[in-house]
Amino acid sequence: MSIYRLALWSRMKSPWIYHINTGSCNACDIEILAALTPRFDVERFGIKLVGSPRHADVLLVTGPVTEQMAERVKRIYEQVPQPKFVIAVGTCACSGGVFRGGYTIKGGVDTVIPVDVYVPGCPPRPEAIIKGVVLLLQKLKGEAK
Amino acid sequence: MSYAVDLLFGPQHPALHEPERFRFKVDGEIIVDVDVKIGFIHRGIEKLAESKNFIQNIYLTERICGICNVAHTLCYVQAVEDMAGIEVPERAKYLRVIVHELNRIHSHLLILGVAAELLGWETEFMYLWRDREAIMDIIEDVTGNRVTSAFNTIGGVRRDINNTQKERMLKVLDKVEKDTRFHKKVLEEDPLYRERMVNMGVLKTRDAIERCAVGPTARGSNVDYDVRAHDPYAAYDEIPFNVIRYKECDSWARMMVRVDETLESINIIRYALKHLPGGEIRVKVPPRLPAGEGLSRVEAPRGELIHHVFCKGDVKPYRLKVRTPTFANILAIAPTFIGHTIADVPAILVSIDPCFSCTDRLTFVDVSSGKVMKLSLGEIKRMYWSR
Repeated sequence: MSIYRLALWSRMKSPWIYHINTGSCNACDIEILAALTPRFDVERFGIKLVGSPRHADVLLVTGPVTEQMAERVKRIYEQVPQPKFVIAVGTCACSGGVFRGGYTIKGGVDTVIPVDVYVPGCPPRPEAIIKGVVLLLQKLKGEAK
Repeated sequence: MSYAVDLLFGPQHPALHEPERFRFKVDGEIIVDVDVKIGFIHRGIEKLAESKNFIQNIYLTERICGICNVAHTLCYVQAVEDMAGIEVPERAKYLRVIVHELNRIHSHLLILGVAAELLGWETEFMYLWRDREAIMDIIEDVTGNRVTSAFNTIGGVRRDINNTQKERMLKVLDKVEKDTRFHKKVLEEDPLYRERMVNMGVLKTRDAIERCAVGPTARGSNVDYDVRAHDPYAAYDEIPFNVIRYKECDSWARMMVRVDETLESINIIRYALKHLPGGEIRVKVPPRLPAGEGLSRVEAPRGELIHHVFCKGDVKPYRLKVRTPTFANILAIAPTFIGHTIADVPAILVSIDPCFSCTDRLTFVDVSSGKVMKLSLGEIKRMYWSR
């Protein structure tokens, strides 16, 4: 087993998540927090919200990317160690949503950094966010084989 | 001789769930000066509102802030109704109060939990959020969605509630009341919580009035100011309730105001459900509204919220102006950081329940020289259209 496959195997057991708000209205953010709390409790799968991008495997990005945040999102993305994955949570993160066309809005997250999984919804329910993470893990598994 | 060092806090910081930057000048560990920079998530909503029609703008204003979304839609539709002289049916007014108060309960329990988390007390965070889910269930039951639902619409509300829903709601409210009383006891008595919150960020009554603090931040400083009581809207003039105030003026008092307001909101909902009048839930409103100007004030979970709408007899507003509570509170609270240690920053900041997605405004700063520019509306328009 190569080192990469060993890392991937361990990562699938416990993906650590870092949450960036790039201009979201807070609705997606509270649903992400709700997914961590006892009703939904993603921590039982080893999914953990961490305080630094340097500890993270997965970036959860919420909100349309504003002019001011664009550079910062890029910088945070570069700080995440390889291999790294991005989940765009919410319609705004997928496409810009209701804010599309605004003078400070660049559009969805994929205009700035590559995105692996899109979770639409305004805001997506915690179940949908969990589904997004599970989809990502399946994608990883496909790579592992 | 001592040196003051600039310590940057944010824009991405684990203690802030939204990007915002604070520059603290610290001497050792003591904060001697603070500078707030807002605007990272400025989305140009007021400008966007001019390009959408009145109904579309309900959905846009709802997304100014996802947490106090009902307050934003309520304030916006009231401003439009004020402008067009639309009378809302009595039943709709009561339904608006019910959903507005449900929204307040969810927002208050949310920030109490987040405050506990920021103080490193994750157990209480988990318990509070577990109990909050019951409220999310009834919000979904009544409005159709957990968070954003655009329940209010111009001329009334979009959905009615039936007796089954009423009974379900009363049952859940009993449970939430019991849970909230338990949390009140915990937050009042826990020595560690008191240690972290009591005497933190003291905002004297006089200062709170002078710096125009609003909402629980002002009421935690013993200021008797609540829009629901002093400028009643919807059905608040018919519903009896107390304005919660605390004399301590510190972070702890501001959090306890929220706990007591949660209990008060439960009573308001019970009263509204009991006295719910019959009849229509909305009146028909034409898409094109007459020229005019409308203003509405609402007590959002974080404080006084103002929407101001202008129309020139079109299907779109000519101008929408929003003034949000955190914008007032952040300036009121900023000087109170001084003299505290860096570790106390989250405890003070969370006590105003900051919501930066409401707050971010447009200012132009020339970064190389630090000069603040003022641009005329015409110049902004040219910049906007040239993109």
